[in-house]
Amino acid sequence: MLGKIHSFESLGTVDGPGVRFVVFFQGCVLRCKYCHNPDTWAFNIGAKYTAEDIIKRLLRNKEFYETGGITATGGEPMCQIDFLTELFSLAKKNKIHTCLDTSGIMFDKVNRDKIDALLEVCDLVMLDIKHIDEGEHIKLTGMSNKAVLDFARYLNEKQRKMRIRYVLVPTITDKEDDLTELGKFLKDFTNIEKIEVLPYHTLGKVKYENLGIKYPLENIPEATSDMAKKALELIKANM
Amino acid sequence: MIKEWENFVGGPWETEINVRDFIHRNVTPYYGNGDFLSGPTKNTLDLWDEISKLKKEEIEKGGVLDMDTKIISTITSHPAAYIDKDKEQIVGLQTDKPLKRSLQPYGGIRMAMKACKDNGYEVDPEVVEYFTEHRKTHNAGVFDVYTTEMRKCRSSHIITGLPDAYGRGRIIGDYRRVALYGVDKLIEFKQKQKAGTRIIMYADVIREREELSEQIRALEMLKKMALSYGCDISKPASNFKEAVQAVYFAYLAAVKEQNGAAMSLGRTSTFLDIYAERDLQAGLITEKEIQEIIDHFIMKLRLVCFARTPDYNAIFAGDPTWVTESIGGMAIDGRPLVTKSSFRYLNTLNNIGAAPEPNLTVLWSNNLPEEFKKFCAEISIKHHAVQYENDDIMRPLHGDDYGIACCVSSMRIGKEMQFFGARANLAKCLLYAINGGVDEITGEQVGPEYRGVEGEYLDYDDVMEKYKDMMRWLAQVYVNALNIIHYMHDKYSYERLQMALHDKNVKRWFATGIAGFSVVADSLSAIKYAKVRVVRNEKGIVTDYITEGDFPKYGNDDDRVDNIAKEVLHTFVEYLRQNYTYREGIITTSILTITSNVSYGKNTGSTPDGRKQGEPFAPGANPMHGRDTNGAVASMASVAKLPFMDSQDGISNTFTIVPSALGKSHKERVTNLVALLDGYSKKGGFHLNVNVFDKELLLDAQKHPEKYPQLTIRVSGYAVNFIKLTKEQQDEVISRTFHCCI
Repeated sequence: MLGKIHSFESLGTVDGPGVRFVVFFQGCVLRCKYCHNPDTWAFNIGAKYTAEDIIKRLLRNKEFYETGGITATGGEPMCQIDFLTELFSLAKKNKIHTCLDTSGIMFDKVNRDKIDALLEVCDLVMLDIKHIDEGEHIKLTGMSNKAVLDFARYLNEKQRKMRIRYVLVPTITDKEDDLTELGKFLKDFTNIEKIEVLPYHTLGKVKYENLGIKYPLENIPEATSDMAKKALELIKANM
Repeated sequence: MIKEWENFVGGPWETEINVRDFIHRNVTPYYGNGDFLSGPTKNTLDLWDEISKLKKEEIEKGGVLDMDTKIISTITSHPAAYIDKDKEQIVGLQTDKPLKRSLQPYGGIRMAMKACKDNGYEVDPEVVEYFTEHRKTHNAGVFDVYTTEMRKCRSSHIITGLPDAYGRGRIIGDYRRVALYGVDKLIEFKQKQKAGTRIIMYADVIREREELSEQIRALEMLKKMALSYGCDISKPASNFKEAVQAVYFAYLAAVKEQNGAAMSLGRTSTFLDIYAERDLQAGLITEKEIQEIIDHFIMKLRLVCFARTPDYNAIFAGDPTWVTESIGGMAIDGRPLVTKSSFRYLNTLNNIGAAPEPNLTVLWSNNLPEEFKKFCAEISIKHHAVQYENDDIMRPLHGDDYGIACCVSSMRIGKEMQFFGARANLAKCLLYAINGGVDEITGEQVGPEYRGVEGEYLDYDDVMEKYKDMMRWLAQVYVNALNIIHYMHDKYSYERLQMALHDKNVKRWFATGIAGFSVVADSLSAIKYAKVRVVRNEKGIVTDYITEGDFPKYGNDDDRVDNIAKEVLHTFVEYLRQNYTYREGIITTSILTITSNVSYGKNTGSTPDGRKQGEPFAPGANPMHGRDTNGAVASMASVAKLPFMDSQDGISNTFTIVPSALGKSHKERVTNLVALLDGYSKKGGFHLNVNVFDKELLLDAQKHPEKYPQLTIRVSGYAVNFIKLTKEQQDEVISRTFHCCI
C-alpha cells in the first residue's frame, strides 16, 4: 500500500513526547483558517511511499528517537486510515512509540473496525479540538465538530491515552465562555495525559502567499504565550 | 608518602611521572546535579567588572588595548603584575598589564611588526634590527626553503592558513604535572632523560639533547617566574589553591613564550577536583571558596591574548586563543570522569557570564551521569558557549587521559603532540581539475598542467578521475610545505616549556585540514545526478556552471551524495598518507574551517553546486547553508557518516536550533537536547557545536552591539564573541541553517 506524504521532519520535538520522526500526510478535509500547513490540504498531490520506506527512514537514525518515536500529522492522517494503520503497525513491530496528531474529523466517516484497528497500534492520540461551539467550529474549519467530540468520547471509553491541543486565536477561540465550555466538556475524561494551548502564530502566512491563497486571518494578531497560559488555566479551572 | 601527598591513594604515579594513574586512584566521580554550586563572590564580581571595563575599552580602541613593543616576551621577561592584588585568588599576567599584548618575534619579526603597525604601534627599531640582521626567525627559515610551487599555492589560496609566520600551536603541555610533582622533580626527570640519550651523535640525537637542555632551562625559568609572585612551585602543591595556581603558572609560562594559534589547556578539572575534595574532607575549604578560585582561574584564562594582524583575523575571527579545556568523559574502567569540578568549570558561565574562552569542551559519552548531561544541556541552552566531542569514539584510540587541542584535535596529554597547519581547499582543487591546474580567478597556471575537461557538459567519471589526480598533487605540495614549517618551527621557535611537560618519546600527529568539503560533495552530486554545463571565459577557462535539474544534497541523509562525500575524504587522506612526514608524524586530517570558510569562499570561483564566486563555504563539515532541508537529525546523520578513522583530527559540525524547535518547556528542551547529543554520539558523530537561539537575537546584536557585550556563539570548533566578528562574518553566521519548526 502507498501513502501520500507531504514531507518528513527528522527532528520533531513539539509533536508528542521526546525527539520524534514526523510524517506529514498529504490531504485534509478541513480548511481551518489558522492552518499553518495549507500546502498539505490538496489530495491530488504528494509523494507516494510505502510504510516500509518510511519506517526504514526512521530506523536509519533510530539512535535519535529513543526518547520519542514517530508522529503522524498532516494534513489529516486519518484520511488515509488504512495506510496509517499499516504504518503504525510496522512501527510497533519495531518497538517504536506511535503518536497520531489528528482533528478527529474522520471519526464518523470511516468504519469503526478500522478505527479500532488503528487504536490498537497507536500509543498516543493528540486530538486537536478547534472550537467547542459547533457553529463557531463550522465557521472556523468548514465542518461540524460533532465527529471530533465523539472521537474524544470514544477514546475515553476505550481508555486510549490522549492529549488535547487547542490553538488560541485572538477574537476567535479565546472567548471566556468557550474556554469554560471546553473545560466542562473535558471534565469527566479520565484518559487525558496533557492539555496544550498553543498560541496562534502567523508563520504559515508565507505559505499562503506561495500558494496564491488569500490569508484568511489577515487582521488577527498573534497570541502570546502568556495568553495561552491564562487560557489553559481557565480550561483547567472548569475541569 | 611526602607531606604534600598525604591522604592521596598511592601508586605508580609516586615514582614515575604519571598523572593519569594519580587521577584514577584518587578521583571521586559525581553523579548528582548542580544544586551544590555556589554563585560568584563579591571579589569575583568586582574583578570581572574591572575586566569587562578593559574589554569594552579594547573593543572601542579597535580590538587592541595595548601592545608591548620593546620587551621580548619570555617566561621571566615581565615582573609580577595584577588586576587587583588584594582580590585575586589566582595571580599572573602575560605582561605588565592585563590585555596588553606581548611581543613574540621568534615566529616571525615581520608578523610581529605588522601586528603592531596595523594596530597603531611600532616595534622598537633595535628589536627589529636584531631579528632581521642577527637572529633568524621561523618565518625567515621557512621562506628560505619554500619552493615556487608552494608560494603559488599559498597566494592562490588553494592552501591557506599555513603557520609560517607565527606560532603553530596545538601543543598541550601537561600543566598538571607542575602541581602534582613540583618543578624540581620534573627537572630531575628531564636530566635523567638527557643522561639516557643514544650514544652516537646522529643529527636527531643532537637535536634531542639540545631540546632537553632547553626544556630544563624553561623549567628553571618557570620556577623563577612563580617566585616573582611569591609562590614557590619547586615542590608539589599542598592544597587546592596551590594546585590551581601551579597549573595556571605552567600554562602562563607557555603563553608567555608561544603565540601559537591554539594554546589549549588540556584536561584539568577532574585532576584539580582531587585537591578540592581532599581539602573539603579536611574541612580546609568551603564550596564558595573552591568556586571562587575556579572563577578567578577561568577569568585569567579569559585574559590570554596575542598580537594578531587583521589578515589573521579574517581566517580566525574574534581574537581566539583556543584555551580549550576538556571536561568529563569516561574512564576505561567504566567510571565517569565527571566530578563536582566539572560542574564548577561550567558554572563559571553562570557566575561571570558567557565568554568564548576558555573553549569549554565536554567529552560526551552515552554513559555520562544523566544529571551531568542535563546540566550541560542547560548550560548550552543558556549560554551557547560549549562544544561536545564524542568520548565514545576517541577513548578506544586515546585512552582516558587525552585532551582536545584547538577545536577538535585529540591527543594524549603529555604523551602526544601534533604538527598542524592550514587547510587544503578541496573545492578549489576541483576547479583546478576542471581547468587543468589553471586558477579560475587569476588565470595563472598554479597546479600541474594536466588536461582539463573538454566539451560543454561535465561527465562524472571524467571529472572524478581528473579530480583524483589533482588531489594527489595537492596532497604532496601541502604535506611538503608543512614539513618545512615544522622543521623550522622546531629550529627557531621551539616550544621548550610545553615540551618540558611531555614525556621524552612523544608521538607526533601530523595534522592536515580540509576546507570546502560540502561544496565538493554537492558539486560532484550535481555533476552525477543533474546536468552541469560549463561556462567558459574568453581564454577558455571555465568560470561558471549552469546546473539543469535537481540533485541530492549533502546534509539530508541521502546516501547517493553522502557516499560521494565519504569517497572524497577517504581518497584525499590516502593521498596525504603517501607522503614523507617530518619526525615521523602520523598523518591525520580534520574537516574544520574555524571562520576561514568565509575567506576561502571569497577566493574560490563559482562551483558546480550553484555556489557563486566569492560566496562563503559552509563551516567545517556542515552541509551548505539552507540545503539541509529534512531537519536536524537528517543533517546530523549525514555528517556522522564520515568515518572518524579518515578524519581522525576531527569533524566539526555546528548546529543551530531555535529554542522553540527544541521543545515547548525548558525541561523538554533540556531532555531533547540530551537525546540529540546521545543520538549523535551513538551514530558516531564526532563533534557538535550547540547554539540555541533565534535569528532575531543575532540581527539585533548586529544592529546594537553595545547591548550584547558578552553574546557568545559557537562557530566552528570554537566560540566567538559575536560582536567581534566582521560584518561579513556576522552575515555568514546569520545565513546558516537555523533548524526551526512552525
